[in-house]
Amino acid sequence: MREAIKQFTKSRENLIPILQEIQKAEKYLPPEAIYEVSRFLNLSENEIYSIATFYAQFRFARPGEHIIKICLGTACHVRGGINILESIERKLNVQAGGTTKDGKFSLERVACVGCCALAPVVIVDEDVHSKMTMKKVETFLGPLLTGSKKKVKMKKINDF
Amino acid sequence: MTFEQRQHNAIAEWKALDEKPCIYVGAATCGRASGALKLIESVNKELKKNRLAANMIEVGCIGLCYAEPLIDIAGADGVRVSYRNVTTEMIPQLINEHLINNNPVAALALGVVGSSKISGIPNLFDLPVLKPQERIALRNCGYIDPENINHYIASDGYRGLKRALKMSPDEVIEEVKISGLRGRGGAGFPTAVKWQFCRKAPGDEKYLICNADEGDPGAFMDRALLESDPHSVLEGMLIGAYAIGTTMGYIYIRSEYPLAITRLKIALGAMEDYGLLGDNILGSDFNFHIKVKIGAGAFVCGEETAMLFSIEGKRSVPRSRPPFPASSGLWGKPTNINNVETWANVSAIFDKSGEWYAGYGTEKSKGTKIFALAGKINNTGLIEVPMGITLGEIIYDIGGGIPDDKEFKAIQTGGPSGGCLPKAALDLPVDYEQLAAAGSIMGSGGMIVADTDTCMVDIARYFLTFTQNESCGKCVLCREGTMQMLEILTDITQGKGNSSDIERLLELAEAVKIGSLCALGGTAPNPVLTTIKYFRPEYETHINEKKCPARVCKALISFYVSPDKCKGCMACLKACPVGVIKGKSKMIHIINQEGCIRCGVCLDVCPPKFKAIAKVTGSLP
Repeated sequence: MREAIKQFTKSRENLIPILQEIQKAEKYLPPEAIYEVSRFLNLSENEIYSIATFYAQFRFARPGEHIIKICLGTACHVRGGINILESIERKLNVQAGGTTKDGKFSLERVACVGCCALAPVVIVDEDVHSKMTMKKVETFLGPLLTGSKKKVKMKKINDF
Repeated sequence: MTFEQRQHNAIAEWKALDEKPCIYVGAATCGRASGALKLIESVNKELKKNRLAANMIEVGCIGLCYAEPLIDIAGADGVRVSYRNVTTEMIPQLINEHLINNNPVAALALGVVGSSKISGIPNLFDLPVLKPQERIALRNCGYIDPENINHYIASDGYRGLKRALKMSPDEVIEEVKISGLRGRGGAGFPTAVKWQFCRKAPGDEKYLICNADEGDPGAFMDRALLESDPHSVLEGMLIGAYAIGTTMGYIYIRSEYPLAITRLKIALGAMEDYGLLGDNILGSDFNFHIKVKIGAGAFVCGEETAMLFSIEGKRSVPRSRPPFPASSGLWGKPTNINNVETWANVSAIFDKSGEWYAGYGTEKSKGTKIFALAGKINNTGLIEVPMGITLGEIIYDIGGGIPDDKEFKAIQTGGPSGGCLPKAALDLPVDYEQLAAAGSIMGSGGMIVADTDTCMVDIARYFLTFTQNESCGKCVLCREGTMQMLEILTDITQGKGNSSDIERLLELAEAVKIGSLCALGGTAPNPVLTTIKYFRPEYETHINEKKCPARVCKALISFYVSPDKCKGCMACLKACPVGVIKGKSKMIHIINQEGCIRCGVCLDVCPPKFKAIAKVTGSLP
C-alpha cells in the first residue's frame, strides 16, 4: 500500500488518484489505507471518506473474486438489460450491489460502458459479453461456476 | 529531426504498408467485445500456416457497430476490402481466397475501401449507411493505427498545429469564429467566444481541459474518438492552448474507458518523443503539458464546475456561475473546457480552414455532429452527419430502419437531459435550435430509437432513476424533487397511479428545473416532460386502465399460454426459473400467474413455429 502512495506528491490534487491506485491493488479501500492516506496528505479520515463515498467507483468492502457488471445504460435498458440482471441475481442468489456468500461473485450495476450498439452487455472482470440473452447467461456463468461449491441447479419441474 | 523529416518518414512508413498485403482489424472496445482479439490470433495463425508475409495492424472503430467485428484485407494490389461480422471460422477462407487466390469474397464483404472497383462488392462509401455521412471528426477512425503517431502524421496530422503556430493567437480564435464551431458536449456554446473569454481573462496561469467524462448513457463517440484517433483530439488541444495562452492542460476521462486511457497515454508519450508536447513545441516558444485525470464514477463530473472540483481532489459538487471557469476555474485560475469531439473538430478546421468547415451545416449550427445510434435500430453505431439532416434520414437511410419491420415510436436524443420525440419529428432538421424547440436537446449526441415495444412511461422512469441516482444532492429540488417524481412514475408503472399524477409531475418538473443550480437538475425533467407532451395517452392508459400498451411494465403484464397453440413441448416449462409452468410432455402447459415473475424466458424459448406464449396487458384472454 505504501508503494502505491509513494509515487505521488503530497498534494490534495492526488487524493483521488491515490485512492484509485489503492483500489486497483486491493480491490477496495480498507480502513487502514484511508488512515495512511490521511497521514500522507494531512487530511482527516472524515474528509477522505466524504470524498471517497461521493464517487461510485470506490468500494469499502472486499468484493468477490469475479466482478460481474451489468450495464443498464439506455440502450441496454430498452433491450432488456433488467431481465438479464434479474436472471443473474436469481442464478447467483445475490442482489445487485452484493457479493455471494462464498465470496466468489460480486454483482454491480453500471450506468453505461459505451458499447450501446451491442446491448445488452455484461462485463465479467474485464471481458465484455455482448448482445446478452437470458439463454446466454447460462453459457457464460456456467464455466465460472464450475469449481465453485454450488453449481447451477436445474429447477425442479412441477408436475400436475 | 525536424517535423518535416518526421512527416516524410511517416508518409514513407504509411506507403510501405501497400508493399505487402495488409490486414486491418477493428479493435476498439466494441470490436473487442465482438471478438476482435480472437480474430487477430486466428489471422496470425493462418498467415503462419500459409507462410504469408503480411502486415497486420489494429485500427480503431469505423462506427459500423452492427457489422462488428470488422476486418479489412488489402491484397498485393493494395485494394482494401472490408469484411463484416467476421468469425474465426471465416479467417481461413478469407486469407485463402483474398490473399492467396486474389479473389475477394463478395459474400462476406461489406464494401471496398477507397475508389477501386470490384465487381459484386459495393464501395464502402456508397452504402446507404455511409453515403450521407461527412466524416470530419471521425476522419481517421478505422483507417489508422491509433497507437502509431506516424499514421496520424501521414494522414495530414499536426499540419493544422503547424499552421496555427504561424498565426497570432487572435487570428487562431478568429479562424474558429469563422468556422462557426459550437461546443459538442451538449450546450452548444460558441467555441471561439469561450476561448476569447479565457484568453482575455487576467492572469498568467491558465488551464485548458478536455472533457472526456462521457457520462450520458447511450453516447460513445468520445470513447470511439479517443480509442481510434487520439491525436486528432490532442492536436486540437494544442491549438486551443496556443490560442488561449496556457501551458497546462488536463484530460478528464472516465474510468469506464480503460482502452481509451491506454491509447491516450501512448499518444502522449509519442508526442513528447516528437517534440509535440513539452517546451518549445515544434521549435516555437509555445510550451504545453498534458496530464490525464481519471474520473471516479460520478455523472455530475461532466458539469464543468463539478469537474474542476474533482480534479482538485474534492467532492464534485457544481457551484453557481458566474464566475465562469473562463475567469475563475481550476484553483481559481482562468480555465477553458471543451469536450473531446470539439477538439477533434478544431484540428480538422486548422488542417483545412474555418470557411471550409462553415460550408457544412445550417445557418446557426455549422459543421457536422457525431451521433451514437442505438436501441431498436438496424444499423447501430456511430455516424457523423452534417447538421440539418432530418431525424428521418438518420433513422431510415443511415440507420436502416427498425428491426423486424416494427413501427417507429420515438427517438430519444441527448441522453438523460434530453427528450423523446414522436413520429411527427421525423422531418425535423437536426441542429441545436430545432431540437431545443421540440423540447429535446442535442446533448452529447446519443440517439436511442424506440419501437412500439418500448413503453414511454418506463423510459421516463428509467431516465429519472438515472438522474435521481446521480444527483449530487446539493440542491434540494434536484435531490428531493426528482425523488418524488420517480416515486410517482414508479407508482404509475406499477398500476398504482391516480388521476392527479400527471399534473403533479408537470408541477414538480417545473420546480426542479427552476430550483437546480446546474444542468443535471435543470434538464432532468426533460424526459418526463417530453413523454407527457407527446405520449400523454400512454400515461393515461397506465393510470386509468392499469394497462401498459407496450407491454413492458412488469406489474401490468402477464404471460399466457394459448391452449390452441401449445404443443406441450416442455421448452418453457424447463426454462422457467421459478418453476410456475405446469404441464407434461404433449399436454398443454399452464402458467401459474401467482408465482410468475414475468421474466419472459418462456416467450424467448417457445419455438417460433408454435408461438404459443402471449404477452398480454390487462386481464387474461
